[in-house]
Amino acid sequence: MALQNIWFLLWGLLWAIYFITDGFDLGIGSLYPFLGKSDEDKRTMINAMGPVWDGNQVWLLTAGGVTFAAFPLVYAVMFSSLYTALMLILFALIIRGVSFEFRHKIDDPKWTKIWDTCIFVGSVLPAILFGVAFANIFRGIPFDHEGVYQGTLLTLLNPYGLLGGLLFLLLFLQHGSLWLSLRSQGPIHDRAIKTANGIWPVLLVVAVVFLIASWFATRLYDNYLANPVLFVIVLLAVAGLFGAKVFLARKEIFKAWVASAVTIIGCTFFGVVGLFPNLFPSSIDPAYSLTAHNASSSPLTLKIMLFVVLFFVPLVLAYQIWSYHLFKDKIRTEDMMY
Amino acid sequence: MDALLLSRFQFAATTMFHFLFVPLTLGLSIIVAYMETKYVRTGDKTYLDMTKFWAKLFLINFAVGVVTGITLEFQFGTNWSRYSAYVGDIFGSLLAIEATASFFLESTLIGVWIFGWNKLSKKAHAAVMWMVALGSHLSAVWILVANAWMQSPVGYTIREGRAELTDFAAVVTQKFAVVKIIHTISSAMVLGAFFIMGISAYHLLKKKNVHFFDRSFKTGLGFAVVSSLVVFIMGDLNGVVVGEKQPAKLAAMESLWETQKAAPVYLFAWPDEENGRNTIEIGPIPGALSLLVKHDFNAEIKGLNDFPKEEHPPVLITSFAFKGMVGLGAVFILLSIAGLFLKDKLVNSPLYLKIMVAAIPLPYLAIQLGWLVTEIGRQPWIVYGLMKTAEADSPIAASQVGISLAAFIIVYGLLGLAGFYLIARKAIQGPDLDGDDNGHGAIGRPLKTA
Repeated sequence: MALQNIWFLLWGLLWAIYFITDGFDLGIGSLYPFLGKSDEDKRTMINAMGPVWDGNQVWLLTAGGVTFAAFPLVYAVMFSSLYTALMLILFALIIRGVSFEFRHKIDDPKWTKIWDTCIFVGSVLPAILFGVAFANIFRGIPFDHEGVYQGTLLTLLNPYGLLGGLLFLLLFLQHGSLWLSLRSQGPIHDRAIKTANGIWPVLLVVAVVFLIASWFATRLYDNYLANPVLFVIVLLAVAGLFGAKVFLARKEIFKAWVASAVTIIGCTFFGVVGLFPNLFPSSIDPAYSLTAHNASSSPLTLKIMLFVVLFFVPLVLAYQIWSYHLFKDKIRTEDMMY
Repeated sequence: MDALLLSRFQFAATTMFHFLFVPLTLGLSIIVAYMETKYVRTGDKTYLDMTKFWAKLFLINFAVGVVTGITLEFQFGTNWSRYSAYVGDIFGSLLAIEATASFFLESTLIGVWIFGWNKLSKKAHAAVMWMVALGSHLSAVWILVANAWMQSPVGYTIREGRAELTDFAAVVTQKFAVVKIIHTISSAMVLGAFFIMGISAYHLLKKKNVHFFDRSFKTGLGFAVVSSLVVFIMGDLNGVVVGEKQPAKLAAMESLWETQKAAPVYLFAWPDEENGRNTIEIGPIPGALSLLVKHDFNAEIKGLNDFPKEEHPPVLITSFAFKGMVGLGAVFILLSIAGLFLKDKLVNSPLYLKIMVAAIPLPYLAIQLGWLVTEIGRQPWIVYGLMKTAEADSPIAASQVGISLAAFIIVYGLLGLAGFYLIARKAIQGPDLDGDDNGHGAIGRPLKTA
């Protein structure tokens, strides 16, 4: 029981880490056609995430992998239910990833244009779809007692799901524009700051609407009402959101970025904690829902995996922080590798 | 077509496509790290130029390999949900360990390597490439352990309607896994070495950058000689464990229908799967199969007719893929040994160089054939003896899979074209030498000389 609960929290944590790391890559990619006025700007944007995006993306594979390892039934039902949405995310991430490497290999505007489009589509689509998918999980997914999905892609595009998509997109846009301003200088830096300032009030409104809509569209608040102390998570998200604004106004960009990361963690855990013990609730009948207790792996596997995660995740964090630290300076033209 | 068949096509297409890129990543990661280490040790600039030139090709290939790998991790859930639910306790944990323990290392440090030329000391920079190589090889190890478990499930028990782990060490250390890992990793090295030798041969034929490509060729040759021998020896051991654990696959590989002592290897056999015999059999070598598999000339080998017909893998593909792979394996050894004799007069051996250019695709072909033997030869099982492929797919609409399959074919087709076009283009362009590269390093963008 305890083991399963620990794994439930780790599951949420790994998704949150994915969203705060690759989240800024997806945000920069979504801003790419709008902030990248010149080729120099575009290259600055790509190089701002260049040294770290690949490592960031592995958090997605880890989150997916531990879902498979710790909650195989959730992995099976979740990914087959969300088939088309997940396929769209995968295609998007595929074309985004190769674009960074391919774009600069041939000096031809037509060639460059193809990969510019791929970077944008490959970033904005996952940013929205992750939000749509998670909002739908918060809301419950129509699958029956055998784990067979009874809807279509359009079922997921309900108002609450779309609101979730918008929220995630805005979170990543803010996160990305902060990262970009951290690593750039000159006009592109100023535009990134302006963007972060412009997004903030919109994000605030959407976040508030999302919190209210969750009251009506989901049962997330049940856990909070039962344990009011949990509202601290909502406060964390709110504090992060306001912190980002305050630090941004003081031009302390790195702190603003950290605050933005805190907002993303808060938003993820707002949902995850509200879901507990459900990992994948059924909207047809709560009895069909997959929970940390009825969908987990054997105690032996959970123990081995816990050892693996507790050993390797801190190690990974250590060398990733080292690599972030290595590439913390403002990008200069002569440092651009892409 | 039903969802099952479409899902099988999709899995085959996406996996085979992914594995067009993985072996070069594996093989070249070590060779490039070796070149950079030589540069650090000797200070010889040719080694630095070699590192940068071959790394440029490596990185294009790496990008496609990485992104197409993402699909595979999720496809078990999307298309094979009943499989995932049944074996996730074991199989899922191996995939999760792969991501956590090795894929992170490879993916994080490749960024450090690309961008780190001016940030790290020479030694540290070379060490980072070794870490990338280590990460990619460990990734391969975990994936192959997972695949070996599908071929030969061990260390589990059936409880509450699914396979549950009982002995992790047994899963990781079983002979099937160990042999498969060495066989696959050495075959990737053959591919990487032949890639380098083939491209070098192209330039040597044109007598361009002779010093650079002569040394590149010889570097590749050293790796080719060793790895082509190892791959062959491990292939033989692989046959032995297949004979032990998957007798039906072994019989299909050799088109052997009747159980017999002193079982032969046929140089050519055309199977008649309906009637359980070979229509054509040419050049039987009596006892050769018994000798290879049981290391005993007279040992008895079980023929396909002694297995229930519904448990026969497709014999034609399995046997032809197997023979093709083995034949190519022998070719790689011959070409490598020929290289040992010609290595000091490469420029004057145009015929050999032309053959080596033409040989670039052959290790790709051999590796794909090898996977066909492994995966098709395992049918009708998805987990040998435990779960049939037909019981493993997701309860999803065929139309969904049809659309995603079509999308994969289009997207991967274009991606493959772009990727191989870029690799070929940059390979033909050759290295930027003499330091007057207008500040453009071989990686493709301005590079300050360290």
